[in-house]
Amino acid sequence: MSDQLLKINELSVSVKDKSILHSVNLSIGVGETHVLMGPNGAGKSTLGYALMGNLSYHVDDGEILFENKPIQNETPDKRAKEGIFLSFQNPLEVPGITLSSFLRTSIQQRRGERIRVFAFKKEMEQAMELLSMDKFYADRDLNVGFSGGEKKKAEILQMLMLKPKLAILDETDSGLDVDAVRTVSKGIEEYQKNQQGSLLIITHSTRILESLRVDYTHVMVDGKIVCTGSAALIDEINQNGFESFLDQMQQK
Amino acid sequence: MKEKTYVSDVDRSVYDIKDEESDAYRIQTGLDASIVEQISKEKNDPVWMQQFRLEALKIYNEMDIPNWGPDISELNMDDIATYVRPNTKMSAKWLDVPKDIKDTFERLGIPQAERESLAGVGAQYDSELVYHNVREEVTAQGVVYTDFESALKGKYADMVKSHFMKLVKPTDHKFAALHGAVWSGGSFVYVPPGIRVEIPLQSYFRLNAPGAGQFEHTLIIVDEGADLHFIEGCSAPKYNVANLHAGCVELFVGKNARLRYSTIENWSKNMYNLNTKRAIVEEGGIMEWISGSFGSHVSYLYPMTILKGNKSQMEFTGITFAGKGQNLDTGAKVVHGGKRTSSYINTKSISKDGGIGTFRSSVVVGPNAKNTKSSVSCESLMLDEKSRSDTIPAMDIRTCYADVGHEAKIGRISDDAVFYLMSRGISEEDARAMIVSGFADNVSKELPLEYAVEMNNLIQLEMKGSIG
Repeated sequence: MSDQLLKINELSVSVKDKSILHSVNLSIGVGETHVLMGPNGAGKSTLGYALMGNLSYHVDDGEILFENKPIQNETPDKRAKEGIFLSFQNPLEVPGITLSSFLRTSIQQRRGERIRVFAFKKEMEQAMELLSMDKFYADRDLNVGFSGGEKKKAEILQMLMLKPKLAILDETDSGLDVDAVRTVSKGIEEYQKNQQGSLLIITHSTRILESLRVDYTHVMVDGKIVCTGSAALIDEINQNGFESFLDQMQQK
Repeated sequence: MKEKTYVSDVDRSVYDIKDEESDAYRIQTGLDASIVEQISKEKNDPVWMQQFRLEALKIYNEMDIPNWGPDISELNMDDIATYVRPNTKMSAKWLDVPKDIKDTFERLGIPQAERESLAGVGAQYDSELVYHNVREEVTAQGVVYTDFESALKGKYADMVKSHFMKLVKPTDHKFAALHGAVWSGGSFVYVPPGIRVEIPLQSYFRLNAPGAGQFEHTLIIVDEGADLHFIEGCSAPKYNVANLHAGCVELFVGKNARLRYSTIENWSKNMYNLNTKRAIVEEGGIMEWISGSFGSHVSYLYPMTILKGNKSQMEFTGITFAGKGQNLDTGAKVVHGGKRTSSYINTKSISKDGGIGTFRSSVVVGPNAKNTKSSVSCESLMLDEKSRSDTIPAMDIRTCYADVGHEAKIGRISDDAVFYLMSRGISEEDARAMIVSGFADNVSKELPLEYAVEMNNLIQLEMKGSIG
């Protein structure tokens, strides 16, 4: 077992007084890839938001340890600086800030030092090429008027540039055509292989996982992790869906 | 995108002048015929101007205070000195400026030289020295750029006389009349036919004296086929007494000429800014306004364009930022007189901390203005529950052959967008400032670089401490 990066103990989270997550436990080691699956409304995205520190998501109980340090009271920007990244399911459009200047600002925050424009540009262009992104997106306002696919690519671009220790990918494959899934998946592979980053991939389809190494699979139903297994669990879900897990829940 | 410009360095010696106190002259507060006569005498007005002032005063006394906009009942003309001649006593007074203002300038990051220039520039009165290096280049082209007093007595005296307050008449409203009575300072610009002025002309107005009024007059005539960009900046240190700014800007854009007029107003928050600006555009001429309003306690500001000639055009890009204790009533007016004229008004308004931002637009299309196009768009951003934003559009269309559009959007900063930026390591304060700057971006893009920087700094500054 590799060194522990993230440990979630008995985490309960509510949104607007509605309890969503109930006593969730999860550990992610350095360099590990975990997949979180489950039917719609199970609370998967809530876990992603809670880990990133969205203020609308209230931690009622339990703790989140990142590199053995409790972070549940830290603001999202602090968590980002410590190395957590969330790829949004619906990336926000922010007019008036170009993708490249936003990225440069973020990287400087993350690394705590100024980055030279030239070095930055080179790095960005390489990453964009990997993601088959047209260079002109760099000078466009952040996500403004981007297609669904380009928004997701821009998220993966940010991940590759920010080099987080833990990347949480929330439904990154949803709404993407086959080619875009393949491209995005290539970006994730790059992060996995060459940056040795840990991943928590939230998804309810499995297309994005086809070319990725997966270490653990978790199934979430009704705000609880009901099953944890290896990558083989994915194939099982592919064949049988979530029904068996739902049945299990009802029997309990 | 337009090319950015730079302000040339200001000559330091201007601020090092040690003046005798006897050079200072401050007229007693209040307003009556004897005061107006005294101003006229001090300024050595031509006879016609003396009479003009007294006529305007009469009109002023007969007119009512406007009753449709922000409250200005606390503005008492009896407490306002309408004429203050600068000396170093005033620049020395900069040292007495309250600490918060000095801190403001520190945080604004205005370079040492510039900061001192703000203190030392005797506002408009010392303008010649500030503009000196620009003037040599433009005079070589036959362009006239002088202070208004010189223009009144010099070679162009007749031209000044035939244009002065012809576009904005003292009868227009009470503060136009006031301006006619006590105006002082300002600029006169004449660009001869066919001349393109490559470097923008700039002026910076600063009102240093407490309890005073500033009533500068700007008259710009851009002759046939000529091209000019004129930039003005305004600021003032804050005092405990009300200050008044009732300037007047008259712009004449000739046939196929183009004038771009950029302003950043950053008056202190005790200022009543009751400014009147108007342009008239001949056939094929283009008038472009860039307007940023950040300061003042109360503003009434609606630059107006009269599209007199066929195929004349106007474009207005504006931004207003109303913070605590501010009621900024701004907008734009356009009158389409000629055929195939077009106007495009695009404004942004930000209100915060109880500030009130009101946007008024008025589009008039006359019966002869066939095949006219007009588009008005106004976007407002309210940063909290306490703030207020209103949009009041007016349209008066008197021909069937017009294409007129109006669009208004009012919104708040989305929490999701703040979270998104924060998740990339940006602090909440910076995230909000980023969103606000981004909102203002299409306006700052139009501003000359140093003003765009100033505007962004102002937004950063206004956003500081906004997270509580």
